[in-house]
Amino acid sequence: MQQVDVQTRPVGLVQTPPKQRAQSIKPRPSWVRGLLRQRLALTGLILVLFFSVVAIGGARVAPYGFSEQHSRDRMQPPGGAYVLGTDEFGRDIFSRLLYGAGISFQVGVISVGISGLAGILLGLVAGYRGGWVDAILSLLMDVVFAFPAILLAIAIIAMLGSSLPNVMLAIGIVNTPTFMRVVRGSTLSLRRTTYVEAAVSLGAPTVRVLARHVFPNLAAPLIVLASLNFAFAVLAEASLAFLGLGNKPPSPSWGSMVSSSYGFLEIAPWAALFPGAAIALTVLGFNLLGDGVRDALDPRLRY
Amino acid sequence: MRKYLLTRVALLVPVLLGVSIVTFSLIRLVPGDPVTVILGPDARLTADQVANIRTQYGLDDPAPVQYAKWLGKVLSGDIGTSFRTGRSLTQELALRLPVTLELTALAVVLGIVPAILVGILAAVRRNSAADYIATMSTLVGISVPNFLLATLLVLAFSIWLRWLPPIGYVELNIDPLGNLKTMLLPAISLGLPFAAIMMRITRSSVLEVLGQDYVRVARAKGLRSDGVLGRHVLPNAAIPVITVGGIQIARLLGGAVIVETIFGLPGIGRYVYEAISMRDYPVVQGVTLVVALAFVLVSLIVDVLYAVVDPRLRMAD
Repeated sequence: MQQVDVQTRPVGLVQTPPKQRAQSIKPRPSWVRGLLRQRLALTGLILVLFFSVVAIGGARVAPYGFSEQHSRDRMQPPGGAYVLGTDEFGRDIFSRLLYGAGISFQVGVISVGISGLAGILLGLVAGYRGGWVDAILSLLMDVVFAFPAILLAIAIIAMLGSSLPNVMLAIGIVNTPTFMRVVRGSTLSLRRTTYVEAAVSLGAPTVRVLARHVFPNLAAPLIVLASLNFAFAVLAEASLAFLGLGNKPPSPSWGSMVSSSYGFLEIAPWAALFPGAAIALTVLGFNLLGDGVRDALDPRLRY
Repeated sequence: MRKYLLTRVALLVPVLLGVSIVTFSLIRLVPGDPVTVILGPDARLTADQVANIRTQYGLDDPAPVQYAKWLGKVLSGDIGTSFRTGRSLTQELALRLPVTLELTALAVVLGIVPAILVGILAAVRRNSAADYIATMSTLVGISVPNFLLATLLVLAFSIWLRWLPPIGYVELNIDPLGNLKTMLLPAISLGLPFAAIMMRITRSSVLEVLGQDYVRVARAKGLRSDGVLGRHVLPNAAIPVITVGGIQIARLLGGAVIVETIFGLPGIGRYVYEAISMRDYPVVQGVTLVVALAFVLVSLIVDVLYAVVDPRLRMAD
C-alpha cells in the first residue's frame, strides 16, 4: 500500500488541492475518449486493425500460393478468377498482397522493437544519469541522425548483405534516435518530480525507480512514437524492396511487387497500383493513429 | 550573434568526428576478409600477395591508426577509389553531384511555396473546407512513398497523357527546356512528400502562434488582421518551419537515391544504387559521407537563419 502512496504523491509532505488530485486519478480514460472522438484517428485505428488481421491470417485464406504461376493467365485484368488480376508471371496479385502483408507486419514489429528497446534503454540512462553519459549518448544519436534515414539504411544493408533480417536491423538502427530523444527528454523532467525524489529518498534502487516510477509515465508518448515509426518502417521496407534490397524474388514484398511490374505499367497498371495502394493505406493508417493519440494527449488541442 | 555562431560551429566538431567514425566503420561491416573487400570478390591471390596487400593498405595496423590515416586522406579531399572504375571518388561525385543538387533544388522550390501558402491559409481559416482539404492532402502526402508517387506520375503523364518522358536525362547547359522536361516528374515525386510535411508544420506553428496572448493583444489594440499576421504571427511561426525545413531538405538526398534510380538520372543516388549491385563498397561509403556532411552543413545554415530570424540571438553578444 505504501508504494502506491509514493507513486502518486507523498501525502503529508505536500498538500495537494483536491481539484488537482481528482484530475490526476484518471488521466488515461480521457485520452482514450479523446482518441475515439476523432474520426481521423478512428479511421487510422480501423486501418491498423484491418492490416494486422490480414497480416496474421491473410496467408491462410489466400486463394493461391504467392509464387504460384499461371502461365496461361499472364497480366489478367482484375475480376474473374483473379480478384485483383495477375502479374507478368501469371501470379495472383490478391494472394501475393495477403502474403506480403505478413512481411510488412514482421518488419514493422521487429524494427520498431529494436529501435524501441534500444531507444528506451539509452534514453532512460541518458536522461536519468545526465552528465557525460548523457552527453556521449546524445552525441551518438546526433551522429546517427546526421545521415538521411533511407540512405543510412541502404548503406548498412549494402555492407551487411541484402536480406530481410538485415533490413529490419537497418530500419531499427536508423529509428533509434527518435525513441531515445523522446525518452531522454521526458526522463529529464520526470527525474525532478516529487514522486521520483520521494522514491529515491526512500532508498529505491535506480532500476526500480526507472522501471516503476519513470517508465510508466512514458507509455503514452511511446505509443505515439511506435505507431509513427511503424508507418516509417513499412514505408522504408517498401522503398528498400523497390530498390531490390531485402527478400529475393519471388518474395511478395509490396515494394518489390511495384518495382517488378513497373516495366509493364502500360499493359498491366493494376499489378503496380494494388500493392501501391496497400502500402499507402497501411502507412496512412499508422500515421493517422499516431497523430490521433498525440492530439488526444495534448491538452492544448483537446478543447 | 558571433558568439552564438561560434558555439554552433564548435558543437559541429564532435558530430563531424562521429559521422566520420560511422562512415569509416561502415565498410568494416562487410563480412569476410578486408582484402577481398578492397580488391573486389573476383581477385585470386596467393597468401604472399595477400600479405603484401595487407601491409600496403595498412590493414595490419590497429583500427584507430587505420582510421587516423583514412581521416587524413578524407581531409585532404581523397574520399576513396571506386573498385569498378579505379577512378577517384572525388572526381566521380563532382560529375554527379550537380544533377542531384538540381533535382533537390527543384523539388524544394516546387514544394515549399505552395506548402507554406496553403499551410498559412489552413491555419488562419481553421476548420474550414480549405483546412480540411489541406489536412487530408498532407496525410496522403506523407503516406505515399517517393517510388509510388513516381510510378503514379509516370503512369499519368508519360503513359496515358504522353506529355513527359518516363526516363532519361538531358544536360541543363545543352537543352534547358529538355532538361526541365526530364526533371519535372522526378522533382515532383521527390517534392510532394516534402511539401506535405512543410505544410503540416506551417499550419501547426501558425496555429500555435495565433493562440498566443500577444496576438490577442495586437488584435485588441485594433491592428488590421493582415498586419497582425505579417508582423506578429508569421515571424514567430517561422522558427519551427525553418528547423523542420532544414532537416527535411537534407532528408531529400535520401529520397533522391530512389527517384534517380527510377527516372535514370545520373546523380549520386543512382551511382549508389549501381554501386550496391556491383559490391563497390567505397562508393557507398563515399556517398554516405558526402551526404552526411551536406546534412551537417544544412543544419549549420539553419542555425545561421535562426540568428537572422530571432532578434534575441541577433542582438546578443
